[in-house]
Amino acid sequence: MFVAAAAAIIAALVLAPIRAFAGPSLYDRVLAGNSFGTKTVLLIGVMGFLTGRPDFLDIALLYALINFAATLAILRFFSYRTPKGEPAGPLNPPMNGGGAA
Amino acid sequence: MSSFQTHISPLLFLDLSLLTMLVLVAFAMLRSRQLFAVVMLSGIYSLLSAAFFVSLDAVDVAFTEAAVGAGVSTVLMLGGMLLTARREKPVTPGRAPVALAVVLATGAALIYATIDMPAFGDPHSPANSSIGQMYVDETPNDIAVPNIVTAVLASYRGFDTLGETMVIFTAGVAVILLLGIGSVRGGRRIADRDEDE
Repeated sequence: MFVAAAAAIIAALVLAPIRAFAGPSLYDRVLAGNSFGTKTVLLIGVMGFLTGRPDFLDIALLYALINFAATLAILRFFSYRTPKGEPAGPLNPPMNGGGAA
Repeated sequence: MSSFQTHISPLLFLDLSLLTMLVLVAFAMLRSRQLFAVVMLSGIYSLLSAAFFVSLDAVDVAFTEAAVGAGVSTVLMLGGMLLTARREKPVTPGRAPVALAVVLATGAALIYATIDMPAFGDPHSPANSSIGQMYVDETPNDIAVPNIVTAVLASYRGFDTLGETMVIFTAGVAVILLLGIGSVRGGRRIADRDEDE
């Protein structure tokens, strides 16, 4: 059962970098990085149960903390990148990271 | 025998898929011209290698990789990207063969250097034969720390670690002094200058 869970997580892990590579918007890439970190946490947890060492859960918790802090730090940079004259908001990404830029 | 195989093969599959994804993400970083995508992919690369280190039982290395590679250096690269352009310039075609030759020569030299390394798990290698075994034997008696790496870093080589911490602290203080106090606010000045343009 843990093998199936690990395979499913690996499949999800493959999808996140594709979204980070393809974009098109900036938030797609941030979300891809964040969800990849979450999947890494899950993978380390499952890996611990696969090898019979549930202590890995502690490491997975630390990774979750790092992932949270890193995403906050990344998002903090966008609040200063609003183009002049346009209000920043959830519907108006301050910085276009896509290919059409 | 069958139980042995069920214990080994999922982890082997895990390692293989992690390594394959490392290669794929590296190529994606090379192909992408969007610098933000490259920054996010490099964070993903660090998380992948951290997961691979956990699978190799090098938990402390994995933790350092996740904290420094995925956390700090992602933020540093984002800060650098805000100071420069968001897109990478196209590579000048004339320079590519020279760079390829340099990379190939360096890689060949590194691979040549690994020939001299002792075999994996060799009991007579310098790391295993001389002082390493002493640490493994004496740590439970000398210091009641279950992790031998921690014992070596924090106690046996405590002064060395203190010196390293001093070096990093000095570097941080020097960077803050060079950039000025306003740099602590985290990119606000950059955005202000950008709005003036």
